[in-house]
Parts: sequence; structure tokens; C-alpha cells
Amino acid sequence: MRLENLSAWYGSKRALQDVTLDVEEHAVTAIIGPSGCGKSTLIRCMNRMHETVPKARVEGKVHLDGEDIYALDPVSVRRRVGMVFQRANPFPTMSIYDNVAAGLRLNGMRDRRRLDETVLRSLKQAALWDEVKDSMDVSGVGLSGGQQQRLCIARALAVEPEVLLMDEPCSALDPIATAKIEDLIFDLKKQYTVVIVTHNMQQAARVADYTAFMYLGRLIEFNRTRDLFEKPREELTENYITGRFG
Amino acid sequence: MKVRFDRDVRRRWKSHAISVAALACVILALIPLASILVEAMIRGLGAVSPSFFVETQPAPCNPQVSAVCEQGGIANAIQGTLILVGIAAGISLPAGILTGIYVSEYGNNRIGRSVRFFTDIMTEIPSIVVGIFVYALLLELASLGWLDRRLVFSALSGSLALATIMVPIVARTSEEALKLVPTSTREAALALGIPKYRVTLRVVLSSARSGLITGGLLAVARASGETAPLIMTAFGNPFGFQGLTQPAEALPRIIFYYGISPFPNWQQLAWGAALVLVFIMLAISVVARLALRSRVARRGVVA
Repeated sequence: MRLENLSAWYGSKRALQDVTLDVEEHAVTAIIGPSGCGKSTLIRCMNRMHETVPKARVEGKVHLDGEDIYALDPVSVRRRVGMVFQRANPFPTMSIYDNVAAGLRLNGMRDRRRLDETVLRSLKQAALWDEVKDSMDVSGVGLSGGQQQRLCIARALAVEPEVLLMDEPCSALDPIATAKIEDLIFDLKKQYTVVIVTHNMQQAARVADYTAFMYLGRLIEFNRTRDLFEKPREELTENYITGRFG
Repeated sequence: MKVRFDRDVRRRWKSHAISVAALACVILALIPLASILVEAMIRGLGAVSPSFFVETQPAPCNPQVSAVCEQGGIANAIQGTLILVGIAAGISLPAGILTGIYVSEYGNNRIGRSVRFFTDIMTEIPSIVVGIFVYALLLELASLGWLDRRLVFSALSGSLALATIMVPIVARTSEEALKLVPTSTREAALALGIPKYRVTLRVVLSSARSGLITGGLLAVARASGETAPLIMTAFGNPFGFQGLTQPAEALPRIIFYYGISPFPNWQQLAWGAALVLVFIMLAISVVARLALRSRVARRGVVA
């Protein structure tokens, strides 16, 4: 995935300024930076969710397998680029099974056997199967926060995306649930390209192969995670990762 | 040692005073409710007998002249109310819910805002005015020769008047119910690559289900109790249902009509009809609650 001169606005407020970034396939890319620096906006531009906000606007290109996603149908883009949000948001009226099956079912899939297989595979991939296999008919909102977030990951994986975007997926979770999700991210990169927004630098250091540092809507520095943290090229990056601001 | 300041004593005293005042207000508010229920029970139960539910309007009877008075029943009104409200609900629930969907999900523009403004105004229109409006509209269409003159006083025109009252109520309550569905739920569905119309119909609508049901039942209850819009449309029918193009009876209309009559047997029926209407309202709200509860139980919500 390649972002080219990407800029984004909310009304007249500019949230992203000419971001160019290459996202490595089958690797984890973390995006770090202080609050309001445009991290979330950036990944919301990568599956065209940014434009669902009233008066939001995007310029620039995002290439996925050589195609500009802004030249494609947004609905088909979102099937290829899945997303997990900051707050776990399972569908409140659906059971665990229905939550995971939702992406396929609401796109017209009726084949019960394939649905069963997909739900099983996705829950296993999201490391949730063992905890919920006996309660598939129970409402998704009855789970704990960490389980709900893994349910949301399973739901995103069920439609077999190429890229998985995660917008601060652990910021509402306790350390144990966070560790589970981080382990999961590590496994997921074998099959998917993962982009994770986090305000937790240790988390970026733990899970990401590449890290991008953003500040005030600009991409300041992008490098292998180890290099970015050990020998940052920019003074701003160094100040941020050493905790001098942010 | 316990230290008490004057302030604390005063504060406690005020707290008690306000609790007592609130309780008094609750009792005051419950008096009319209780007295309606008790009065309707005492006076209405006297009218209830098997024939009360199967017979129609009796001959008016003056006990000083006739030795035996026909008791009669309100079957025509029960049947009429069910038909009128049923048709009105069939028109207004889809129309109102679709309006609510438009304003809530697609209405962030001038059209949406004006639709919301006008539905707000429509809920305030006195129901007698709605009756006159439907009456005048149908009469006008009939005089142009576009529809049968008989339709002006018919079950259909009555239903149309009730539907006109229900649409804005359903539209406003559905809009509110849909707006309560968090944006995060919509985003979750959109991010799965589900087209917006399907997100709205399959995810948002089902998340707002309980609010939609409540709003619909509120509108049904309101329409069941309306008298004024039916006077000039459904018109009343002492014999029972004779077809959609014929006049129809309704419970609140006979309460009004029999209640102001000088005949004791009619007045007795009015009390009975009032009791039936109260019970219908009660049944509607009980059914609503049960429907909602069983939904949740089936889903097995733990927390």
C-alpha cells in the first residue's frame, strides 16, 4: 500500500498535509504521535472512512495493489481494507456468531456451511474461539472489553481483507487484554498487512516492524521501528520518543 | 464526638421538605389517574356482559315510558376501532419510519431540516383540524369527480385522518430512536464494506428496534383514543362494519355520542366503552413491554 501526497480536511481545518508513505506488505506498521496529530485521520483515509464524516475531504492518492482506491467504489475498498476501532463496537443486537458473520451475510452470503467455516476460522484467528465456542448465540455486548475487541477483529477478518487497520485498538483495555491483542497482531502479519495507530510508544516498539512518527498533520519520520527508536534522524522524533513533549 | 453545624441542620431540614413536596406532587398527579381507573371500573363493569361485546347499538330507551330497555353492545365500535387503527397503522408506520430514516440518516441538509421542522409542527396541529382537513380534501376531490362522494364518510377517510395524526408522531419518535444508535455502530458496519442503505436497513434499524416499537405503539395508542378527527370522516355506524367505503364506528366516538345522550341504556354503554378503551391502552403497553423483554431474553444478554 502506498500513500502519495495525501491531504485531508474536516471542513476548512486541515488535518493531514502531503503525507507520502509506503506500507510494507505482511508487516506491521505503527503510526505514533501526540493527540490530534492526524494518526487516526491518516488510517481513516486508507479505507475511505474519512469521507463518511460530514464536510470531510481528501486529496492525493492511496494505492492498493497498484490501483488508486480513490478511483474505486468505497464499498469495495472497505471489503479489502478492514478496520478495528478504538472502542470495541460489536453490533448490539447481534449474537457473537451473527457479529462475525455480519460482513458476509449483509453482503448477501446465504450458504450456511461457508458461514460456519468463516466464523470458526475468524474466531480462531482472533484467538477468541476457545473462550466463546459454547456461547455463540449470546449477545456480543455481554463479553468483556478485551473479548469484545477481539470479536471486532474477528468480524473484520471474516471478510478476508488484504489490509487490517487498527485505530488505537488497546487504548480502552487493561494490560492483560492488551498483551493478548499484541500477540494476535504478531500472528496476523503472516497473512495480512497491518497498520496500527497507537499513542503508546512501547506498544509500537513491541509489535511494529515499521514506525511512522506524525506531528501536526505531517509525517515527520518513517523507518524500521528499531532504527526510528534507536537513532531517530529528526530532532522532533527524538524529543517525542524521549518524552520531552507529547 | 459528633460535630453538628447549623448549616447541616438547615440542609437536612430542606432535604426533608423537598422530599415531602415531591411525594405530595406524585400523589397529586396520581389522583386523576386512579380516579379515572376506579370510576371507569365501577361504572363500566355494570355494562359488561356477553351481549356487550357482540351486539350493536340498541334502540334509545326512556325507562319512564318503556318497561323493558334493550341493553345492546358496542361490537360495532370495537370492530370499527380495530379496522380504522389497523389501516391507519398500515399507512403511517411505513411512511413515518421511512421519514424518520431519511431525516436521521440522510437528512443532514436543507430538505432534511425542513422535513423535521414540518413534522414538529404537524404533531402540534389540533386533531379536529386534521379531521376537517381530510373531510375538505376528500369533498373537494369528490366534487372534481375523482372519487366517489360516499368515500367522504367512510372507514377509509377515517383511517386517513388517523394516519395523518400518526405519521408525524412515528416520524419524530423513529428519528429520535435512530439517532440514539451510536455512530460507532454505523462505522463498524460501513468499514466491513456494507453499502450504506444496507447498513441503515439491517444494522441501524435493528439496533433502534425497541425505540421504533415504542414509538409505533405510542402512535397507535394516540390514534385509538382520538374522537375529533373521526366526527367528520368515519362518521359513525350503528350497525357494524359494512365495507371500507361505508361509514365506520369507533370507541371514543360512541363514548362521546352515547355519553351526551339522554338515554340511560346508551349512557351505560358509554361507560362500558370507556372501560374497554382503557383496557386496550393497557394491553398495548403491556404487549410492548413483553415483546421487548422476550427479544432481549432470546438473545441471552448477560450484562
